[in-house]
Amino acid sequence: MKYTGTVHAVGDHIDTDAIIPAKYLVTPDPEILGRNLFDGLEAGWVSRVTPGDILVAGANFGCGSSREHAPLAILGAGIPVVLARSFARIFYRNAFNMGLPLIELGEDATLPGDGDRIEVDMARGRIRNLISGRELSFSPVPAFMQSILDQGGLVGHVRSRLQGVHS
Amino acid sequence: MRQTLAMKILAAHSREPVTGTGQLVPCRVSLVLANDITAPLSIASIEKMGATKMFDADKVVLVCDHFTPNKDVKSAEQVKTVREFARKFGIENYFEGGTCGVEHALLPELGMVGPGDVVVGADSHTCTYGGLGAFATGLGSTDVAAAMVLGETWFKIPETILVRIDGNLRQFVGAKDLILNLIGRVGVAGALYKALEFTGETVAALDVEGRMTMANMAIEAGGKAGLFPADAKTLDYCRAAGRTGDQEIHPDPDAEYVQTVVIDASTLEPQIACPHLPDNVRAVSEVSDVTLDQVVIGSCTNGRISDLREAAAILKGRRVTKGLRCIVLPATPRIYRQALAEGLIEIFMEAEAIVGPPTCGPCLGGHMGILAGGERCLATTNRNFRGRMGSLDSEVYLAGPAVAAASAVTGTITDPVRL
Repeated sequence: MKYTGTVHAVGDHIDTDAIIPAKYLVTPDPEILGRNLFDGLEAGWVSRVTPGDILVAGANFGCGSSREHAPLAILGAGIPVVLARSFARIFYRNAFNMGLPLIELGEDATLPGDGDRIEVDMARGRIRNLISGRELSFSPVPAFMQSILDQGGLVGHVRSRLQGVHS
Repeated sequence: MRQTLAMKILAAHSREPVTGTGQLVPCRVSLVLANDITAPLSIASIEKMGATKMFDADKVVLVCDHFTPNKDVKSAEQVKTVREFARKFGIENYFEGGTCGVEHALLPELGMVGPGDVVVGADSHTCTYGGLGAFATGLGSTDVAAAMVLGETWFKIPETILVRIDGNLRQFVGAKDLILNLIGRVGVAGALYKALEFTGETVAALDVEGRMTMANMAIEAGGKAGLFPADAKTLDYCRAAGRTGDQEIHPDPDAEYVQTVVIDASTLEPQIACPHLPDNVRAVSEVSDVTLDQVVIGSCTNGRISDLREAAAILKGRRVTKGLRCIVLPATPRIYRQALAEGLIEIFMEAEAIVGPPTCGPCLGGHMGILAGGERCLATTNRNFRGRMGSLDSEVYLAGPAVAAASAVTGTITDPVRL
């Protein structure tokens, strides 16, 4: 799987209230949530996103509440993958469960900047900056998390398991 | 391998031998929790999974505490979804209305969690039960849905940071100050992917409610769990909550820790987390000129009876300063009744505070205490992210109940010793 898109960069410790404030938690609809993505960071933030664009964050992205609405809002805005120095633990599980792959780049990585165009090659573990030509490598997604993604998220994973149990 | 509390409890719930940190293991769960915000997503996932029953309907708990009493039509619809799901799947432990309280205060007082349990909840502050010696952690709705259906989930065996706290606390310094001080030291990502384990003479002297206050905020350091040994005090608390058969749990001597943090509690002033992260912690004397528009005393961090007693001791015979809203929310109906019986509610009303029903409302900017642009609030809650309680241009400071009550009286952030 490869993703190509324009980078939208955010900083360190972006919390789930910034990703999707509590006032929007009265719906589980990814499209509605997506329209309000990062409303807690800046009103109208999402207007700059074209579906297929890629989010790049600093350390501890997704800290705070357990709300699955956060990865749903990112998916709802059409962002297919998130890169960060590190992710908060609950957000990390939630994203894979929702079918949103995350790539952890580590504390010392040189992150692509806002407005860069990048290509993310999941299989090869390579990120190519299409503007600067700079390449960055990352450890592949852990096999267990990949198996969840391959089944379309945790729902598919459990459904296959239940069918296996019942058959 | 000599085991930390986290490893010991997880190993006891796994069919696979636990050999070390970093290992991914399936674990049986003792209890699964969701609330009115997170359960609707769990329910949608359960339907998509094609599941027709819970692994054990008595071990699933649904608490509608965030937007209740319902703040609008949409939140009412969410609660209705949860209520109908509970009925359909035979879930007796459904809480709404007059039996409902803030989930992490409610479950321990009902004796639903205890030492050695593995508890997962679709709420990040599920880690509160670490104060009772349970391995408890927050997960998302779909992870929790899977646990409701399968009776198990997977965990990575975490590395553990040992927090050793010794020394006597001075007057008006308590559990909240200890945990804020720790978060200030290690940072909001200081325990990312790790468990925190608490030890030392100060921790041993704390009551169980104080331990839950501290465990509650483990997530604010990025922690997966915040664990206290289950000692004689824990067993007394559990017996009083109607539980039987619990046993003490302690880490192995010489268990392996990835880091040790040492705190001398005797030197601490009351602590304040300043906007906009819980690790922006200062001593109260450094921020005492900050003026306030609102004070909130309540939440899963500090809405228990001991917290209300502490606040009432300061508000007794005093009055909330004109122009400031002081909102007091007992965390559960039982705490509310206890506060009534002890005359605490009378003290709050005499002081012209607003006493509301048990709800999580203001903590997350849900309802009953939303901040306007430019307003400042000091709260006994657990998060002060930008915009958390309302306007993006508002500010939230975090402190313990004694400082909150003293600040409500003066209108500025105040060390109670100065009243």
